[in-house]
Amino acid sequence: MGAILSMVAQRLALGLLTLFVVSLIIFLSVEMLPGDITQAILGQGATPETVAAFRRELGLDVPAHLRYIAWLGDIVQGDLGRSLASKREITELIAVRLWNTLFLAGLAAAIAVPLAVALGILAALFRNGWFDRGINLVTLSSISFPEFFIAYALIFLFAVQWGWFPSIVNVTPDTPFWERVYRCILPAVTLTLVTTAHMMRMTRAAIINLMASPYIEMARLKGLTRSRIILMHALPNALSPIINVIAINLAYLVVGVVLVEVVFVYPGLGQLMVDSVSKRDIPVVQAACLIFACTYILLNLLADILSIISNPRLLHPR
Amino acid sequence: MTTHDEMARLLAMGRIGRRDLIKGAAALGAVGAAERVLGRSAMAATPNKGGALKVAIGAGSTTDTLDPATFTDSYMQSVGFGGMRNCLTEIDNTGKLVGELAESWDASPDAKTWTFKIRKGVTFHNGKSLTAEDVIDSINHHRGEDSKSPAKPLLAPITSLKADGDNVVLTLEAGNADLPYLLSDYHIGIMPSSGDGKVDWKSGAGTGGYIIKAFEPGVRSFLERNPNYWKQGRAHFDSVEILSIIDVAARTNALTTGEVHLMDRCDLKTVHLLKRNRDVEIYDVTGTQHYTFPMLTNQAPFDNNDLRLALKYSVNREEMVQKILRGHGKVGNDTPIAPATSFYAELEQRAYDPDKAKFHLKKAGAEGLTIDLSAADAAFAGAVDAAVLYKEHAAKAGITVNVIREPNDGYWSNVWMKKGWSACYWGGRPTADWMFSTAYEAGVAWNDTYWEHEKFNKLLVAARVELDEAKRTDMYREMQTIVRDEGGVVVPMFANYVGASSTKLAHDKLAGNWDMDGHKAVERWWFA
Repeated sequence: MGAILSMVAQRLALGLLTLFVVSLIIFLSVEMLPGDITQAILGQGATPETVAAFRRELGLDVPAHLRYIAWLGDIVQGDLGRSLASKREITELIAVRLWNTLFLAGLAAAIAVPLAVALGILAALFRNGWFDRGINLVTLSSISFPEFFIAYALIFLFAVQWGWFPSIVNVTPDTPFWERVYRCILPAVTLTLVTTAHMMRMTRAAIINLMASPYIEMARLKGLTRSRIILMHALPNALSPIINVIAINLAYLVVGVVLVEVVFVYPGLGQLMVDSVSKRDIPVVQAACLIFACTYILLNLLADILSIISNPRLLHPR
Repeated sequence: MTTHDEMARLLAMGRIGRRDLIKGAAALGAVGAAERVLGRSAMAATPNKGGALKVAIGAGSTTDTLDPATFTDSYMQSVGFGGMRNCLTEIDNTGKLVGELAESWDASPDAKTWTFKIRKGVTFHNGKSLTAEDVIDSINHHRGEDSKSPAKPLLAPITSLKADGDNVVLTLEAGNADLPYLLSDYHIGIMPSSGDGKVDWKSGAGTGGYIIKAFEPGVRSFLERNPNYWKQGRAHFDSVEILSIIDVAARTNALTTGEVHLMDRCDLKTVHLLKRNRDVEIYDVTGTQHYTFPMLTNQAPFDNNDLRLALKYSVNREEMVQKILRGHGKVGNDTPIAPATSFYAELEQRAYDPDKAKFHLKKAGAEGLTIDLSAADAAFAGAVDAAVLYKEHAAKAGITVNVIREPNDGYWSNVWMKKGWSACYWGGRPTADWMFSTAYEAGVAWNDTYWEHEKFNKLLVAARVELDEAKRTDMYREMQTIVRDEGGVVVPMFANYVGASSTKLAHDKLAGNWDMDGHKAVERWWFA
């Protein structure tokens, strides 16, 4: 147990360092983009006078490195700052979007993870049979299409042709839970289709890999059924790689779904970030990036911890 | 041509009256088409109250705020200008200027001092009554050194702004007969004063037909009807939800699946397919937006008017509207003044005439002319295609046009107003003076042809202070003729506003000053 705690502490420290580097990279790259927020917001009305007035008002006339240090100082105290464009508190701006993103990711994961693991186990069980080939064909096809194509195909069938589900996800913080689930079904299914193949294939491969081990052969010689061997003997030992793949896919569900958000008009964090980049609203971009980076770091940490717990050899090192 | 288009054309030409149209339509069994042409007003004369309207706008951003000085696109124009607030004046759906929060106004004979009588008995959504002070502070919100408002240059000529009882008195440094028009600009919404010379824009309180209840920038706005709205026969919906849906496919899906009732900016490539949907009605309005090819008239060879005329005669405008706008537009006549603009003069349409082009080319001594035309899609969607089309047309007049495809990045700073002949677009302005003094008056920043015409400039200044409508009309007619025949710009087409709505909605004739019925659809439309 002590080993785990020290690993967690070490990882968290490394995570903080990563966050610092990420924030620096983001700040520099947004700084390097042509134009700034004043020109982006004023558009055609950007005369030298209005631009100068706006810059003064936002404090953009201060040199970049001083602005970065000031921002870092605030972050350390837990203050994400205010959006340059709307002057709203970023925590307030992001809270709703983050909840939306996590909700959709959670819903998609709730469908995709059990589905992928179950299909993977079944595929391993009926290895090289028609079920195995069929499920591989279907999942590999769905992962091969771009996600917006899958999204449009689902909209065409389920929203336009049959009218079962809404084509856009119009949710507010007051939408009741089940209503929200219903409205989020199509994007969640889209995400399920693009993530299932990866997790399913890894489950199948990990189990099949173990099926050649001597202890599995022993179990078979004892006369155990194939399904019992896979579920009780192979799966626990295959958990570690499966957990890692699931973690990567969960992280993708949180940070990589901008296209799906655009197609379904879903008010998630991805759209907020794209918007903010195009308007050069640096503090919001920074905050969103930090959240994304945190997601990766924490999910990877969680995956490692779970792998260790699932593996006695790692849990009790000699 | 479909029945619908045919009827619209006849009605527009005055060949058939509304009564004939309905009678004829009944005989033809085309009542639906008649309804569409007449915007249904003939069928449902009195608007119904009630219903929850949902609108999808192809603009909006998370950086939007309720401060009208930051309004840039049609999203906040619909929410802030169309729903929440009123201006002093309003351009109605026929293009006429009417009073909004100003009941009436008067100008001194030199059009320098203006007195606006503020409407009585109007209250803001927060219960405060409208006073002259609110109006003054709302206008001052855009003035002053720290203002970043795009309305700042419009209001810059104001030298003093005073309350006089219920009136507001504005003094200008030079006369401007169009001042009441300028005050209908969507930035200059009237907000409650906070008492210290500033205004309260944060709460979103206005005097408009709808009260903002939820505002999620870049996502949605939810507005409820203002029960105390002062304007009669307006704001019919119980509630209005305005969604920002940038992706045109998502917007179209939302409309066809009934998630929204109204959308702007259809995809012109697929709008003919959308038209087949029986539950959807397409609106197609010629506004003030126009695409241009400006020439630098201070440089050879464009300093020769005959050469400019030769180029103006060597483009087939009809084909350009058909191919580039897919029919959703109107041919231009080398002036920036659209039918929806005040003081539009119906001048003789310039036609494609390679012989005349050759004649002027010979007169300019430039036979066998080879000329560069710079274009990029940043100028307008399809600008490069339009330039290639121009090349084909001009070839018949013996002119070789070299189309140069420029990069989109930096087009406005490196190509436009820098290269001899380029492509450009203008959103248009509601008045002739506003448009001319933005881009045609000698020496102004956006005079993109560097055009200096003595007579034109004299007329422009004189017309600005002329309060006699008839005289002014003549002056603007003459100015449009001068721009058409001697100006440095080819205006091949006006691009329409094309949007779509559910057939459950009804409306009167649509305004052409902005998209979405002048951004007032939420105030003017109703459920049939």
